[in-house]
Amino acid sequence: MISAPPRRAPSLAIDVEVAARWLEAFLHDELVERRGIGRAVLGLSGGVDSALVAYLAARALGPQNVHAFRLPYATSNPQSLADAQLVIDALGISARTIEIGGAVDGYLQFEPDADSRRRGNVMARTRMLVLFDQSQKLGALPLGTGNKTERLLGYFTWHADDAPPLNPLGDLYKTQVWALARHLGVPATIVEKAPSADLEANQTDEGDLGIAYALADEILALMLTGYRDPQIVARGYREADVAIVRRRLDGTHWKRHLPTTAMLSNTAINEFYLRPVDY
Amino acid sequence: MKLALVQNKPRKGDVESNVRALGDAFAQLAEDPPDLIVAPEAALTGYFLEGAVYEHALEAGALAERLGNLWRARAGARAVDLAIGFYENAEGAYYNAALYLEIDACGQRIAHVHRKMFLPTYGVFDEERFLSRGRRLCAFPTRFGKLAMLVCEDAWHALVPTVAALKGARMLLIPSASPGRGLDGINGELTSIERWRELLRGYAIEHGVFVVYASLAGFEGGKGMTGSSCAIDPSGNVLVAAPALGAHLVRVDLDLGDIDIARARLPLLGDLRAVLPDLLLDDELPLPSLRAFEGERS
Repeated sequence: MISAPPRRAPSLAIDVEVAARWLEAFLHDELVERRGIGRAVLGLSGGVDSALVAYLAARALGPQNVHAFRLPYATSNPQSLADAQLVIDALGISARTIEIGGAVDGYLQFEPDADSRRRGNVMARTRMLVLFDQSQKLGALPLGTGNKTERLLGYFTWHADDAPPLNPLGDLYKTQVWALARHLGVPATIVEKAPSADLEANQTDEGDLGIAYALADEILALMLTGYRDPQIVARGYREADVAIVRRRLDGTHWKRHLPTTAMLSNTAINEFYLRPVDY
Repeated sequence: MKLALVQNKPRKGDVESNVRALGDAFAQLAEDPPDLIVAPEAALTGYFLEGAVYEHALEAGALAERLGNLWRARAGARAVDLAIGFYENAEGAYYNAALYLEIDACGQRIAHVHRKMFLPTYGVFDEERFLSRGRRLCAFPTRFGKLAMLVCEDAWHALVPTVAALKGARMLLIPSASPGRGLDGINGELTSIERWRELLRGYAIEHGVFVVYASLAGFEGGKGMTGSSCAIDPSGNVLVAAPALGAHLVRVDLDLGDIDIARARLPLLGDLRAVLPDLLLDDELPLPSLRAFEGERS
């Protein structure tokens, strides 16, 4: 007798060569062919997402056209800077380090009671301010580095991490980012370390979220395919884990949209007046 | 029969520049002029236009004249047939359509306009929000025998190529624009590309028809059009195929005699013709009007 193996979740395995080829083409088409811009800037945090985007951009545009920025704050882990340097050295992309402490503290000195979440958001938005300004200076386009998992869990600062006009990773779950990063040769220390927003000391993504990425990805994949929570639990997932993912997913739909605008006419933008982004 | 496929990457909404690029392709093809050229769906505008479709939809007669003049100006006086997808403005009714044009030294004649019948309106697709459905599928006569045109999702319903073949089509021309998805890695390409290839080969084999697929390439707002334009013979052999990425001109010579040979070896279409009334005149099918034919069956 031949029995099919049980399948708990949709497979998250990807053909990494196909993914690399399509993302490289995406960057080249959207930057060079559509916008006539041959250069890109990105913030290089030392984590796997921005490292992978740097590798993809170097392939698509040539390393000489990729400008990486390390944007540390006083509380940033020094290892992050070192890991970012590994990427810079491996790819031969241009790089600059700009301390954001002055800008961040220039504001936060008036808000001494700001908690770690507010402080983290200010840092994230300051980093994006720098990247957009540098993109203007260099005639380049900022690249986003947010992956599908953090977008779905709302684990990012709105109008900061999600602000760049192009994002090659936004439809890849974190586990798929890891697979692609390994394939493209992102240094193992970067791929294997615990992901961290590095906005506070000893912070890890999985600690913040209360669930491991690999598990969250499987549950998200089921939810996005149309499975209801009881069906997911019936497939062997813990109710508590499903609840964590459900709460974050359903509580953050607004973060994946542009601001809500009051509609008052029959020419309301993006409601009646509909034009594609590349028009 | 000399066939050429144009796999292009149009500039969004820029008909002038896209017509110029098509003229460049014509000039390149003129070195060894083809008998038939097939170009993708929405080849002169790009696929995702949303509300801008009304600004760029073209009247079929005006487009025919423009394309005829373009061929003569860039490729000379030799006759050519051209099938191309475009957004059609038919007196204020808007369609996703494909034009079949016979061009010669003196002018051009529209042999057929097929209006897409199946308008995908789910997920990433939004066609029926902006466009009307076509209502007819025709196999129309050409100098190569009867052909049928199907636009993109028309060819994802097995019944449509089947009906086209039953109506006498010996070749299916399929202008398409397919945003790629699926990283399962079947045969080293996106899943949706492999799905298309499976479908097209299946139709060719089952009905003994040539299948000619011309598809857009390039990214439209993050959605990568999957190219992979190809020609498949009536035995299901992929005679030529473009890569998924990039603009390409594709050439292949077809032996139309292959159709009869394939149908003699595998007479499935003939079998279907014989059995079709029994299949359709079935009370369980939602086809009430067919009951009118029931008397003819005996």
